[in-house]
Amino acid sequence: MAYPFPTEIHRVVDPEGNLVGDPPELSPEQHRKLYYWMVFGRMWSERMVALQRQGRMGTFAPHVGQEAQAGIASPLRQDDWLLGTYRECIAYFVKGLSPLAPMATHRGYFSRGYTRELGLVPLQIVIGNQMLHAVGVAMAMQYEGTDRVAVGVCGDGATSQGDFHEALNFAAVFQAPFIAVVQNNQYAISVPRQRQAAVEYLAYRGPAFGIPGYIVDGNDVLAVHKVVQECVERARAGEGPSLVELLTYRMGAHTTADDPTKYRSDEEVAHWQARDPIKRYRIFLLRQEILSNEEDEALHEQATADLQRCVEEFEAMPPPRPEEIFEHVFETPPPNLLRQRDEILGTP
Amino acid sequence: MPKWTMVQAINQALALELEQDRRVRIFGEDVGRNGGVFRVTDGLQERFGEDRVFDTPLAEAGIIGVAVGMALYGLRPVAEIQFAGFAHLAFHQVAAQAARLRYRSGGEHHVPLVIRAPFGGGVRTPELHSDSVEAFYAHAEGIKVVIPSGPYEAKGLLHAAIQDPDPVFFLEHMKLYRSLREEVPEERYTIPLMEARVVQPGNDLTAIAYGALLHTTLAAARQVEKEDGVSIEVIDLRTVHPLDEETVVASVNRTGRALVVHEDSRAASIAAEVIAVINERALYALLKPVRRVTCPDTPFPLPAVEDVIVPHQERIVRALRETLEP
Ligand SMILES: Cc1ncc(C[n+]2csc(CCOP(=O)(O)OP(=O)(O)O)c2C)c(N)n1
Repeated sequence: MAYPFPTEIHRVVDPEGNLVGDPPELSPEQHRKLYYWMVFGRMWSERMVALQRQGRMGTFAPHVGQEAQAGIASPLRQDDWLLGTYRECIAYFVKGLSPLAPMATHRGYFSRGYTRELGLVPLQIVIGNQMLHAVGVAMAMQYEGTDRVAVGVCGDGATSQGDFHEALNFAAVFQAPFIAVVQNNQYAISVPRQRQAAVEYLAYRGPAFGIPGYIVDGNDVLAVHKVVQECVERARAGEGPSLVELLTYRMGAHTTADDPTKYRSDEEVAHWQARDPIKRYRIFLLRQEILSNEEDEALHEQATADLQRCVEEFEAMPPPRPEEIFEHVFETPPPNLLRQRDEILGTP
Repeated sequence: MPKWTMVQAINQALALELEQDRRVRIFGEDVGRNGGVFRVTDGLQERFGEDRVFDTPLAEAGIIGVAVGMALYGLRPVAEIQFAGFAHLAFHQVAAQAARLRYRSGGEHHVPLVIRAPFGGGVRTPELHSDSVEAFYAHAEGIKVVIPSGPYEAKGLLHAAIQDPDPVFFLEHMKLYRSLREEVPEERYTIPLMEARVVQPGNDLTAIAYGALLHTTLAAARQVEKEDGVSIEVIDLRTVHPLDEETVVASVNRTGRALVVHEDSRAASIAAEVIAVINERALYALLKPVRRVTCPDTPFPLPAVEDVIVPHQERIVRALRETLEP
């Protein structure tokens, strides 16, 4: 398999909201749904940070600026699988995850709700490991003769891990129905993208393994959807894996424990501020008359109300029972674990 | 009943699993066409096809990582690591992923994965091929570590491991592959995981071992029994983690003396854990300190000197006698 290095940066809507490429075929309903999750996702992220500041939430990794990730999941069916990290919450929402699930995760509860039925696995914390799992899922789908696909998502830092390379290699060798998506947000905590790899684009990794690579304006949700859709179709048709690099930017801190002013300039942040993924999509939707100003307002109100309900439900969520610490190590807890449980919790 | 080597018994178990459960897939380095470097998977690809038994790229993290994905999706992968020492290259996929996904997901996901790997000294291998790795994985909570001591045990334990809902690291001592033959039923049978076996009952001392050294320990025990007129209970741990504490504790409470034998090095080892359990639960029954016969805390040596350190019968006999002293 020989693929050239990609040269084109896929873009459908430019930062000013002008249509500069062929838009993907999406119904007004689908457009509104994508837009809703981007709007909700930003509010949710900001609320998560606020909750953390109030001591009601654990460490959280904001994704503001990276809302176009919604387009990673919008081309997927429910029976496809999506395996990402703490930075992919919006893509998970689009795939069907309740926003309550990552709220619980980030409060330090067990990660429930990321079910097989939704094709989801808990947000990965160990950088890069999930890429191999996604390939394994894809190989299982292929083995069972389905036309399902598995998408693995990681950051630019993760592309330096061996697991990332092994994942691309396995996927290529077995022609697995797998799509690797890299959210290149320019930093791995404080380490800039240039320190991760000497190649100009991370998408160049694809051709090296015999996989087509795509470079995408990662703040353009329609471009993200369109390219991922194309990769999904190829994978469903048995035409093998792809690698998609989304050029984007994390507007906030790496996590609630990070101070980004230590490693990047205001000018740089301002440069990306002007490329805001939500603003640009909104202009497009208004211009195309898919959304009116009134509908936009209503959608924001809806998202605000949904988020409020979410936070209320979250506050009402009971913490894990202490017994649970011992219940999920093995399906059947071995006697020595039960003894340790009784030692700590007292004999029941 | 046919008399089989451990290689044949494992091969037979794998064949039966492939036959009765379509979710089972076997893969690793050289396991397909070549049938494995020890011929453990010999003929399986021919018989069951490349979909079921296949070679992978040479990448241990990749092998275990994709196996985790397959298991999450619902298959029953049986991944081979060509030599257990090379599982170091996949340690994160075992310890940080396979072993913890049930936990992380609060029981919503599970990873029914078996990792098979040969290990063990006495066969003159290059570096890292012989190393015992069980203690590393015993500490990776959420995975069972199983070490069979012969053909009959290997088959029954492997069936149980493959049908277990949780990950199992199945370590096969290379010296056992062809050195002994046992009667092995042709049909499927299981030996429960996490249950030790009393190989021979006795009253004066409990000798605890597993894998290849079970046989050396047995031979040593019989020699001491014969020459000194004592009776020694010998226990095969079979699953080295989680431990079957009950069997060990019940025995030591009766005999009042214990010796633990393994090939792995000493510090933070399975023997250390067994002795800690004895201290916690049978200390007042003890008539003598519990000793360990193990390899020392050095890297496993290159072949020219390995015989110096792998516990042999004489060393075990000496330790048994010291422990039996009034
Ligand atoms: C294997 C591993 N090493 C280090 C860390 C600590 N860590 C957490 S996030 C992070 C940076 C990840 O960067 P990137 O892959 O670009 O993703 P991003 O956070 O930017 O979305 C690091 C070093 C980790 N979680 N896992």
